Parts: sequence; structure tokens; C-alpha cells
Amino acid sequence: MPSPDGTLHAITANRLRDGVVVFLAAGGAWVESFADAALLTKAEAEPALAAAKAQADGDQFGVDVYAFEVERADGTAQPVKMRERIRALGPSVRLDLGKQAAA
Amino acid sequence: MNHIAPGARAGIYHYDAIDRRFVGERVEQFRKQVDRRLAGELTEEEFKPIRLMNGLYLQLHAYMLRIAVPYGVMSAVQLRKLAEIGRTYDKGYGHFTTRQNLQYNWIKLEDTPAILNALADVDMHALQTSGNCVRNVTTDQFVGAAKDEVVDGRVYAEILRQWTTLHPEFTYLPRKFKIAISGAVSDRAAVRVHDVGLLARRNEAGEAGFTFYVGGGLGRSPFIGKLVREWVAEEDFVAYLEAILRVYNQYGRRDNIYKARIKILVHELGLEKFKAEVEEEFARLRGPKYRLDPAIVAEIRTHFAPPPFEELPETSEALARAKAENPAFANWVAVNVAEHKAPGYAIATISLKPPGGIPGDATCDQMDLIADLAERYSFGELRVSHVQNIVLAHVKQDDLFALWQQLDAAGLGTANAGLIGDIIACPGLDYCALANARSIPLAQALSARFADPVRQRTIGELGIKISGCINACGHHHVGAIGILGVDKKGTEFYQITVGGDPTLTTAIGDILGPALTEEETVDAIEAIVEVYLAHRTEGERFLDTLARVGHGPFKERIYAAD
Amino acid sequence: MPLIENGRIGEDAWSFIPDGEPVPNDRPVIISYERWQSDRASFDGRNARLGVRLKSGTLAGAIAPDLDRFALVALEFPKFRDGRGFSTARELRERYGYTGEIRAVGHVIPDQYQFLVRTGFTSVEAPEGTNPTSWANALSEITVAFQPSLDETEPLSLLRRNLGLAG
Repeated sequence: MPSPDGTLHAITANRLRDGVVVFLAAGGAWVESFADAALLTKAEAEPALAAAKAQADGDQFGVDVYAFEVERADGTAQPVKMRERIRALGPSVRLDLGKQAAA
Repeated sequence: MNHIAPGARAGIYHYDAIDRRFVGERVEQFRKQVDRRLAGELTEEEFKPIRLMNGLYLQLHAYMLRIAVPYGVMSAVQLRKLAEIGRTYDKGYGHFTTRQNLQYNWIKLEDTPAILNALADVDMHALQTSGNCVRNVTTDQFVGAAKDEVVDGRVYAEILRQWTTLHPEFTYLPRKFKIAISGAVSDRAAVRVHDVGLLARRNEAGEAGFTFYVGGGLGRSPFIGKLVREWVAEEDFVAYLEAILRVYNQYGRRDNIYKARIKILVHELGLEKFKAEVEEEFARLRGPKYRLDPAIVAEIRTHFAPPPFEELPETSEALARAKAENPAFANWVAVNVAEHKAPGYAIATISLKPPGGIPGDATCDQMDLIADLAERYSFGELRVSHVQNIVLAHVKQDDLFALWQQLDAAGLGTANAGLIGDIIACPGLDYCALANARSIPLAQALSARFADPVRQRTIGELGIKISGCINACGHHHVGAIGILGVDKKGTEFYQITVGGDPTLTTAIGDILGPALTEEETVDAIEAIVEVYLAHRTEGERFLDTLARVGHGPFKERIYAAD
Repeated sequence: MPLIENGRIGEDAWSFIPDGEPVPNDRPVIISYERWQSDRASFDGRNARLGVRLKSGTLAGAIAPDLDRFALVALEFPKFRDGRGFSTARELRERYGYTGEIRAVGHVIPDQYQFLVRTGFTSVEAPEGTNPTSWANALSEITVAFQPSLDETEPLSLLRRNLGLAG
């Protein structure tokens, strides 16, 4: 559910063994597609991030774990920042590569 | 290990059994380090510098592996291996960098030891292409071929490659350390924007020696390298560098990553104090232990013996005929071909900057083709330039037409070396974890806007350099026109600088005015070019006109209209 | 904390006495450089061996005049990435001719062990729970070096040399 100010957060990391961008899904699993990422309110994001960091570190699963902002436009969620959009999709100059290519 | 010897005649350093054992051991060491990381024995904080020293970064989409191309020179066999690695472990392409290296963007950590093994098969590695150590030494891409060459920089770059490899004292420096060497009259290696810039020269007796510039660099605080010593004799070459590095390692700042480069130390200590510290160390180090024995130099020089040039007339009739018959070829020769010291030969630049293309990117198929062409026309040897192009250094003038036809057919025949379309661009926000804005789309839009070869030649020598953040991997500070990407509340903006110059008349560009959007930037660059063309006098380069008329007319045209 | 010497975990005869705590006279102790500066007279006439611990910002020249008073110099690595200690050790050996024990303390990782030995360190204080195999391997993984170093005195006659094979 969106927080009062409408800002949502998703949690991301790079998978340690191959560097692939992953997102935290509802229930705590890591998924490769942003579409499957859990969208959290600010209040939910903080404890979820701490738990995800501890898990990713402890299991040698992921590195650079952090939360980023998500906005909803026309019913679909997308990252607010260009950086996160590019991470979620792939290089904007090579539409044949990255997650956008698999879709 | 199934070792494949690089082409016997290539002017590259050949590994012997000791070099090969070293690189093999280093790969095994990294394999164990990766295992220890995956097992949790090494934390990410501890592993990061280790993987960086093996060229492995974590970027936006995956790991990025940067392969060392020592001083930018490699053999066709090595390039073919790079193509094979790109196909097997990456996505069929690679990116040539301003440090004369090659990087892959989609690498898996768990594949890295195997990749390093494959590289070792052709005497290559990814050592010290990152991390706070002495990085791959760069030099003139025309080294060993240029008509204006005085000293062959490869010999000394190779000595430095060896001396800096896993240097026990200088592998945990305050920050990275970049050395460039130029041994020609024209500086094509941008020596004065390096931590240490070396001009290799000869004294009256014909002996080689070096002029040392220290503390140059781009990034957040750009500095032009300062003259620290006019002449260091060849035998003191290593001792003097060792002295510089020791002073840096002891006194360089470690409290602030943005102030840790040697340029800040030289600036804060003052040139005279810095020189005195270095001279004191040098006086002590100088002696038998650190003396660079002429026998070593001679031994290493044998690796770079000139290829067996044919005796040819100074100029080629076949070339003249082909130029007369084919204007597009004539244009390519005029722009991309440079004079060679051997009669009847020429140096050909293969532009990796087609209009609308991604600067520095080459597909693995293109790499294979270039390897073939290098074997057919340039003694199996090629170079990567710091402006992200490929150079075939020893092409018979008679062969230029055939070479160009094959390049052109593969989309590699763009005639823009040194012109406005020959844009340096860092990977920017499309790949890089540090970037604030994208660089590549702007480079694509600009090279498309100025695609017309006639117009490009009319404009003449004008380098555009684009960086997606203040770290300045795209060298924007020294672009005749420099562009810096910035992020303003989530939107990409671009700040234009003018007047930068990477050659020995080194200059840092000045900011022209407030940052613009991508679209405005492309229009603004076109406006700058129009103002230049309107003001220039006969034979004036962009930088000359700018120096004469000042910023006024350019500013007015771009900003006054609002 | 385990002490690494010659690639193995060894016995540590030394103990570090934090500033302010009394210094025993009957066994080898390491004191801080700061304490040495303020209380040096109190160590006059001491028979048991004395060591001094330098922070990474304290360079070799600071302790050089007093080196004959110390059987051990401990160089602190606040972070393993802070490589000043490598130069300090080298200066102690090459410039000031120090022949006593040089010990790395603080945050050091096995992957740096060979560099430590080659710049003149003799021992390393490793963290609790460290893997001894990693330290042992660190000395044998790479058998080629490209520079002269403290563990061999050959001039730079060949850039590439085999480590540990000559002697």
C-alpha cells in the first residue's frame, strides 16, 4: 500500500556470484525482475532493508544492498531515478541487452 | 595450460617461462580468493580491493572486467582471444577505454578465474587495471611507427609494467596511480594529465632520459602536471619513480578519497617541498640496487625490434591512383592515415566512432576482422588509442585501399580521426555505478548531427570529450569542447566547457555557462561550431580562434537568446 | 591474538601495554609511541626487552633516533587498505638499518602477507579465528617477483626473478 506521501520503495542488490541485479520480493525471496519486487512504504522499507542486508551478507548472496524510490504512473510502478530505471531494464543504448531484452 | 604464442613478428613483449608462471600463479591465487569470498572467509570490504586489482568492478548490471592491454599494444592472436572471451563469457562485444584497455560489461564473478586463464593463454591479464595501485602504463598509439618519434616508449612502459607488477610497497597506495609515456615530438599520450607524465628524450650524446611531470590529473579537481625534473637518466628511471611513489605513499592523504591523488599532495605540499622530498629519497635509492642496467633495457628492446619492412619508395603510385579514383577513400586517407617513419608505409586509424555509434565499442566479429586485417596488413600487431580507436601501425601505402575497402564493408571505415565525430565518451549511466548522467546517447546524437564527412573536414581538428560524472573518465576537462553530465533532481543536464587541450600545451577547459538538457546541448555544440566557423581566419583551429576571440561570442550565441 | 611468523602461527612473547597501565619490568612489552615520547625517561635502565607501536601516520623518521632502544617496532594498519606501513617498514630497514622485529598489527589480511615480508616485516598479529592455511598459502602462491625487496638484496639486474628458489 502506498504511504501517505505516495512514495514507495523497493530493495535491490547485485547477486554476489554473477553480479545480476536482483530485487527483494514479498516474503523475502530475491527475484530478477523489477515487476516482481515488493513495493514497501518507508516504514516497511527500513526494517526490510536491515533484514535483507543481514541475510544477503550472511549467506554470501548479494552485495550493495539498498532501497530506492518507486513511483506509480498509470497503474504501473517504475523507479524514480534514471539510474534505477537503467538497472531494472538494461542500458538505454542497447535495448537488445539486459532485462529489457528478455521481456 | 595450452599456450599459444603470439605472432612471432608482432612488436609486443613475449612472455618467457618466468612471466608465464607468474601469471598462471596469479590466476590460481585469484581463483582461491574468489572461493574464499564465496565461502564467506573474505568479507566484501576485504575482497573488493583484491578483485579490483584483478580488474573486476561491480557495475550497474553485472561485474565489469577490464583487461590490461599493456601500453595499448597487442597482437592479432590476442585480439582474437578477446573476441572469443566476449562471445563465451559476455554478450558479443567489448568496450575500448581511454586507458587503452578493453572492458567487458556482463561478467560473472564465478567465471572470472576461467577468463583470466584464457587470457593467460595469450600472455594477457587484467592485473592492476583498477585499485589503488600503479595502473596499466599508457603511451603514444603510434609508438614505434611515428615519424616524429625520438625514443620508443614501449621499452620503458614494459619495464614499468614489470616493475609495478605486485609491487610489495605500492599496492595499497592512497589512491590509483596512472603513468603515461610519450617518446615523440607530438604528445599523443596526454602526459600532463597523468599522476606521472614522462617525456622520453635524448641528450646531445644520444642517450635516452626522461622529463618528469608529476601531479597532473582530471577528476573533481583537475591539475596540469608540474615539471619536477627536466632530466632523469635512463639508469635512474626506476629509482626516481620509486622515490616519487615512496613520498606519495607516506604523505598522500588517506582521510578523504577526493584528496588522495598525488596531484593534491603536490598542490598542498607545494612543488618545491615535494621536489625536495623526492630528491632526498632519490639520492638514497640511487645506487646499484635500483640502477636500471642497460643490459635489461637492451634485452627488452629486442622484443620491440622493428618488423621486417620492405624497401619501398617514399610514396606509392597505387595509393595516388586509388585516391584519385575514389573520393571517399581519399578522404579517409587524409583524415585517418598518418605518416610512418619507414618509406612506403603508413599508420592507419580504425575509427570506432561511426555516426550514431557507441564510442569505443566493437563487436566480437569486428574484433576478429580487425585481427585478420592486422595479420594481413600490419605484421599481426595493432594498438588501442587513448581516444578509443584502433591503430594498424605498419601498413604499406600500397595496401591502404584494400584495407579501407574491407573496413568500410564492416562499418569500420569512418573517416573522422581527430575530427568532431571522433568523440571520447565514458560508459556513463548506461553502465557505470558512479555516473550521474548518460554519456553515450549524447555522443550518439552529436556524431549523427555532424555525420557529414565534408562538414567534419571543414570544421577540422576539434575534440569533443564527454564524461558522465566528475571522475572525468571521458577527459572532458581537456576536450576542445568538453561535456560533463550532471544530475539535477533526477534529470540529466550537461555542462559545456571549452578550450581544453590534452597535448603538451595542456589546458583545462573553462565552463561556458549553465548546464543544458541533452537536446539543448546538441544544439549548443552546433552553435559553438557555427560561431567558430564565422570567426576563424585561414588555418585557425577551433582552439586558436577561441584563444583569439575569447568566450564572449560563444556565450552570447548560446545563452543570450533566452 | 594469533601471531603469524614464517607462515605459521607462532608463540607471542610480547604483550602490548595500553597507555596508563603499569609497565611490567620482567617481560617483553610493547608500548605506544606516544607513551615513549612522554615517559621515555621511565624506561632508562630497563633490562627486559621493549617494543614500540606506531600509528600509521607516524613515519619511520620519528622513531629513527631511538631505534637502538627497541627490539621490536609494531606498525599499525588501521585499515588493511592503508598501506603506509609498507613504506615505514622499508624505511626502517633500508634507511635506518633497523634489524629488530617489525610486526604488523591492526587490520591486515593474508593476501598482504607476502608484501609484508618483502617490505621487511617479520611477524603479523592476525585476527582471532583467522584461517592459518590462508597465511601459509600466501607465502607460496606467487613465486616470481619483479622488484628487489628486503628479503633479497640482488640489484635490479633482472626485473623478473624467482622468489625463494635461489637460497
